[in-house]
Amino acid sequence: MNLITQDEISAEIAAASTPGGPQPRLDFGPYRSSLLRHPTKDLRHADPETIELVSPVFGPQDVDPLEADLTIQHGGEPIGERMVVTGRVLDGDGRPVPHQLVEVWQANAAGRYIHQRDQHPAPIDPHFTGVGRCLTDADGTYAFTTIKPGPYPWKNHRNAWRPAHIHFSVFGRAFTQRLVTQMYFPGDPLFALDPIYQAITDEAARDRLVATYDHEVTRPEWSTGYRWDIVLDGADAVRFEAHLDEEDDA
Amino acid sequence: MSLPPTPGQTVGPFFGYALPFERDSELVPASHPRAVRLHGHVLDGAGDPVPDALLELWQLDEDGMVVQAHGSLHRDGYTFTGWGRASTDRAGHYQLVTLRPGAEEPGGAAFFSLVVFARGLLDRLHTRIYLPGQDDALAADPLLGTLDDRDRATLLAHDEDGGASLRFDVRLQGSGETAFLRYGRSS
Repeated sequence: MNLITQDEISAEIAAASTPGGPQPRLDFGPYRSSLLRHPTKDLRHADPETIELVSPVFGPQDVDPLEADLTIQHGGEPIGERMVVTGRVLDGDGRPVPHQLVEVWQANAAGRYIHQRDQHPAPIDPHFTGVGRCLTDADGTYAFTTIKPGPYPWKNHRNAWRPAHIHFSVFGRAFTQRLVTQMYFPGDPLFALDPIYQAITDEAARDRLVATYDHEVTRPEWSTGYRWDIVLDGADAVRFEAHLDEEDDA
Repeated sequence: MSLPPTPGQTVGPFFGYALPFERDSELVPASHPRAVRLHGHVLDGAGDPVPDALLELWQLDEDGMVVQAHGSLHRDGYTFTGWGRASTDRAGHYQLVTLRPGAEEPGGAAFFSLVVFARGLLDRLHTRIYLPGQDDALAADPLLGTLDDRDRATLLAHDEDGGASLRFDVRLQGSGETAFLRYGRSS
């Protein structure tokens, strides 16, 4: 039995939360699973080569448009709050990333994953697997129809609960932009208690993982709507060449 | 315009029913005449296997050309797309079946680009897997030239089985810790 309390973890989070950058700390002790799984040496700077400045491409044979609707994968309607989550995938210059792969996975409305490692005694929904994927359109827009996931307990410490979230896996224009992250919901009372969310020690950066309720996305008598844009970090060919030009000028 | 980036988060423990797909780790069928098995272990700071890691490989083709072909998620058995995905098994072992990439330019060093995700790893890690047996190219490689011998060794694959396999271990922490890379990203 895990005897570390939430108060102890919250104190560790407070102690570890000196101002940080836009990305999570890899070494963040309150998230116990990170202790032996983070590099201790600094990341080494590499000038990206061509393969790193481009991305794999995905096409119509790779993704069925129906995979973007997580509520129609089985014989009936899943239980929970039906919602649409949509947004754009952009690079750091605000350019859309078109026709690129976005994958999502999530717990059901009761906070249960369809995964044999999830032993949380909340009900499995026979009509909900919680896996989807889509390609962005020409404007970089993705959209999923799904069910709002519930929070769920985990074993980082006693009475540990994850804020409700949807996992996102996103490809950019360059492999250096590869991103796996989690999207959260506004006002979740578990934010302050969660060592994974708090591993991003800059508040403005943390806020970027929180979707916005958008009544324009909400559909009458059908679903609520959330908007969440994703900005990819890292060099791509255009940005890297611009950077080289700046160096030449210096 | 410069937009602040969306932060990464750990892939968590439950990606196993979402991200793997049929023949995800087979960039070519094992029956391909030049198929090479790229395999190894992912290890943590105690030297223990990491059974819940996910690796992605991205590479040039045999002629050193960028591939921009559809079909990575729906393998047709013929199209080489240059990208694949492998989960570690309960022993922390992964394997991919692929082709040896060519170098981008004559005299350049041939390598695979690798990205690592795992439960407990708060953001993804990039690295490179350099092919063995190209000593002059390795000696002239700009990245390897910035590394000491110990770090350099962590980026080199080893031939096995007379060249039928390449061995590459990923050590997230500790003795022999893999040299992980950043490319001017803000982290």
